[in-house]
Amino acid sequence: MTPNTPKERLLNGLWVENPTFVLMLGMCPTLAITTSAINGIGMGLTTTVVLACSNLFISLLRNFIPDRVRMPAFIVVVASFVTMVQMILQAFLPTLNKSLGIYIPLIVVNCIILGRAEAYASKNEPIPSLFDGIGMGLGFTCSITIIGMVRELIGSGKIFGAQILPLAESGKFGYEPITIFVLAPGAFFVLAFLSAIQNKLRIGAAKRGIDPSKGCNGQCGSCQSPCEDKKEGTDK
Amino acid sequence: MEITMYNVSSNPHDRDSMTTQRIMQLVAIALLPTTLFGIWNFGLKALLIVVLTTGSAVLCEWLYNFFMKKPQTAWDFSAFVTGLLIALNMPVSIPWWMPVLGSIFAILVVKQLYGGLGQNFMNPALAARCFLIISFAGKMTTFTANKAFKGVVDTVSGATPLAALKANGYTDKSVSVLHMFLGDIQGTIGETSALAIILGAALLFFFKIITWRIPTAYIGSFTIFILIYMSASGMGFSAGYLFSQLFGGGLMLGAFFMATDYVTSPITPMGQIVFGICLGVLTAIFRLFGGSAEGVSYAIIICNLLVPVIERFTVPRAFGKGGRKKA
Repeated sequence: MTPNTPKERLLNGLWVENPTFVLMLGMCPTLAITTSAINGIGMGLTTTVVLACSNLFISLLRNFIPDRVRMPAFIVVVASFVTMVQMILQAFLPTLNKSLGIYIPLIVVNCIILGRAEAYASKNEPIPSLFDGIGMGLGFTCSITIIGMVRELIGSGKIFGAQILPLAESGKFGYEPITIFVLAPGAFFVLAFLSAIQNKLRIGAAKRGIDPSKGCNGQCGSCQSPCEDKKEGTDK
Repeated sequence: MEITMYNVSSNPHDRDSMTTQRIMQLVAIALLPTTLFGIWNFGLKALLIVVLTTGSAVLCEWLYNFFMKKPQTAWDFSAFVTGLLIALNMPVSIPWWMPVLGSIFAILVVKQLYGGLGQNFMNPALAARCFLIISFAGKMTTFTANKAFKGVVDTVSGATPLAALKANGYTDKSVSVLHMFLGDIQGTIGETSALAIILGAALLFFFKIITWRIPTAYIGSFTIFILIYMSASGMGFSAGYLFSQLFGGGLMLGAFFMATDYVTSPITPMGQIVFGICLGVLTAIFRLFGGSAEGVSYAIIICNLLVPVIERFTVPRAFGKGGRKKA
C-alpha cells in the first residue's frame, strides 16, 4: 500500500500501529477509564477529535515552530483543543464529562497525542497528518471500547449498560459478577490478555508470509518489527 | 604407574536427595491435620471443596502443559498443594464454583503465565484468595453456621471470632482462647485450629522443609506490634486479646505454610527475618486499622512483591570478601 495516503494512515492507526495494543501508548486512560464500554467510546472519541485537530494544526505549523521549543508549542496547541472539547462536553454531555472526570484535562499529556505530533505530524503534510490522527484516534477508540466491553461484561454482566447476563438474585440461578474486573486489577488482566491475543494473530499472520511491516512508512528507526528491509536511522 | 584423570563437573557436587516432588508431598502431609480438622469441623462440604480445588488445580496445570507443549509438571504435587491451600482459605458456605475459579486463576494466571513453579512472583493460593475476596466480597466473608457445624457456641454463627474481636474488643462474651487454639470455631476451612497447624508445622520443621526464621520473625513482630498497640491505645495489657489475635484468623496458617513458600520468600537468612518482620507489621496494621478484620493474605502478597528488594540488600558476605583491612 502506498505510504502516507489517507487510507493507509487510517489502517495504520487501526491495526498496524494500534496505539494501545502495539505501541502501548496512552496506558493511563486505557487502564483507568475502561470500566465500561460507554466510557471507552467517550474517551476514545474525545481523544480522536483532539488528536485529529492537533495533528492537522501541528502539521500546518510545522515550518514555523522552532525545533528547540517544539514540545511547549505542541502542548499549547493540544491544550487549546482539549479545553474546547471539554467545554463542549460540559455543555452537551454532562454525564459523560462527569464519568470521565480528570481524564479529560489529562488528554493534554496523553502520550499518543504528543507521540503522533512528534513522530508524524511535525514531519509530514497536513492531509496525511489529519488522517493519521483520525486513524490513531479510531484505533485507540476501538481498543479501549473493546477493553471496556470485556471488563463490563465480566465485571457486572452488562454491555453498554444493558444487562446481558441476568444476575443471580436470592436463590435464583444467574450470573455472579466478578467484581475485580471493573476494579483496577481487572484492567491489567484484560489489557494483557487482549494484547496477547492480538500478538498471536499478528505473529500467526507473519508466519503465513504476510509482512507485518507493510505500510510502515519506512520509519525504521522507531520500528520494532523484525523486518528484512530494516535500515538504521531512516526516519523521515 | 597409571594416572587416572577425573573429570570434575561444575558445582553443586553434593546433591540433596530431597526433590521438589518430595518437598511438596511433605507439605501436603503436613497440611493433613488441618484439612482433616476442617472437614470434621465444617462437615462434608469442606471435603467437597478440598477435592474440587485440588482436582481443578492439578487438571489446570496438566491442561496448560499439554496444550503449551511444556514438560508435564502436574504430578509434582505443587499444584496439589496450591489447590489444597486455596481450599483451606475458603469459608465453607461458598458456592462450589468459586474455589474452582480461584484454582484456575492461581495456576493459570499467577503461576503458569509467569513461567511455572519457581517463577511465580506471588503465592498463587493467596493471589487466588485475594482475587476471590475482591470479586465476591460478600460470599467470601459470610461464615454461616451449617448443620454439620459442631461448634460449642452459638454466638459466633455470624462472624468469625476475629471479626467480633475487631468490632467489640475482647469481652466476657468473646470466644475463649482455648477454643480458638483448638479450632472448633467459625472461620475458613483450614485456619481455625492453631493446634492442627502447629502439628503440621512441627513436621515441616522436623524434615527441615522450613526454617524458624520467617514464622518466628512474623509472629514475633506481630506480637510486639499488638503489645505496643495495647499500651498506646490505653487498652492495657490483655492476654485474651493478644492470644485471640494470634490464634484467630489466618495468622498461623499464613506464618507456617504460606509465608514460607520457597518461591516467594527470600533465600538470604537475614532477608527472611526482614521479610517476617514486614509481614508481622503489615498484618497488624491491616488488622488494627484496616477496613476488614483480616489482613494476613494481603500482607503476604505485598511482602512477596518486596522479596527481590529484600534479597538485594541482605546478600550475605561471601567468605574472604570484605572484612577489616590491614593497616
